Amino acid sequence: MENLINIFVKSIFIDNMIFAYFLGMCSYLAVSKTVKTSVGLGIAVVFVLGITVPVDYLIHNYLLRKGALTWLGSEFVNVDLSFLSFIMFIAVIASMVQLVEMIIEKFSPTLYSSLGIFLPLIAVNCAILGGSLFMQERDYESIAEATVFGLGSGIGWFLAIVAIAAIREKIKYSNVPKPLRGLGITFIITGLMGIAFMSFMGIKL
Amino acid sequence: MSTVKTEREPLFSAKTKKLLLGPLNKDNPITVQVLGICSALAVTVKLEPAVVMSISVIAVTAIANLVISLLRNTIPPRIRIIVQLVVIASLVILVDQILKAFMYDVSKQLSVFVGLIITNCIIMGRLEAFAMANKPWHSFVDGIGNGLGYGIILVIVAFFRELLGSGTIWGLKVVPNAFYELGYVNNGLMILPPMALIVVGIIIWVQRSKNPDLQED
Repeated sequence: MENLINIFVKSIFIDNMIFAYFLGMCSYLAVSKTVKTSVGLGIAVVFVLGITVPVDYLIHNYLLRKGALTWLGSEFVNVDLSFLSFIMFIAVIASMVQLVEMIIEKFSPTLYSSLGIFLPLIAVNCAILGGSLFMQERDYESIAEATVFGLGSGIGWFLAIVAIAAIREKIKYSNVPKPLRGLGITFIITGLMGIAFMSFMGIKL
Repeated sequence: MSTVKTEREPLFSAKTKKLLLGPLNKDNPITVQVLGICSALAVTVKLEPAVVMSISVIAVTAIANLVISLLRNTIPPRIRIIVQLVVIASLVILVDQILKAFMYDVSKQLSVFVGLIITNCIIMGRLEAFAMANKPWHSFVDGIGNGLGYGIILVIVAFFRELLGSGTIWGLKVVPNAFYELGYVNNGLMILPPMALIVVGIIIWVQRSKNPDLQED
């Protein structure tokens, strides 16, 4: 249990998707103009990361990695399909996004109408594929760890995009030098926020 | 013969030149179109991985553009995103395997970021916006141009981060020992991730001060 909490806190604050790895920057810059839309996109990312990382964990451990196919019979012990992981992960993400979209549409039309436009965008959000690839690289031991890692990274991304959206709403009233307006100042603010987030480094529960 | 000749465009016309060089400055994928930042900045601590990453992206963009442009009339519009993703993913698998075979150290440094070329928005963006509507040769040149525009920012950022952060370029020492004896210290902040964002912010600042028509208001 302690281990899970540790992974959770670490993936939110220390290994934050935006500030430590710059993943999902494209949508982070494009959709962070108002707080309301960024909350919508953030929730959608938490949702999709929380589902795709465990599913990719199962695929990686029972289909792709070396020796994963042993359950089929002893002649498969040496089969190593891990070179296929990119294409499998991206296919899982694309289909999961579609599935999640259909499920939400069926059971919660209000949530669907607020997330609607963002869900398809998420299939090409680097943070989602990045989550699965980090899960593969860091070799989590159980599906619980992978799920917690997925949710944590999603929440970290959510915090980052909501924070930058709030700052951008305020900065409209400031006198920023003309060439820096818009994109430039957003980059620099993100950098400064990243420095602030670095103060969480070294926390171990 | 002469009519055929006038219809055919020369291999390097003004248009191809514009496609190739435009992305280096006024249509730069990173600083102007804001695409593909995701995988860009994390590999810029040192010059070598940045250059390898740029070359990989140039190769993938150009070849994916070429393939999609050749297939553009046979792809049904409804499933084009899946087709594009499959083409890109197969190319990235190739690049990943080549890097693992010939440049194992760099491939370890790049870690997951090679895989993330798949979701690099530059590639999807160029396939959607250009390759689906243009001839193979032009698409190929456009891919190389955009790859170069992406690479040039990566290399500039990596150059400054490596020079100021470690005092080296491509692993070779450039700051003389006499400086260190006088009390010069490497700026450790440059190695940390947030400085990549600030360096890009400064590049955007310089570029937009020179090209006032790029400024936002």
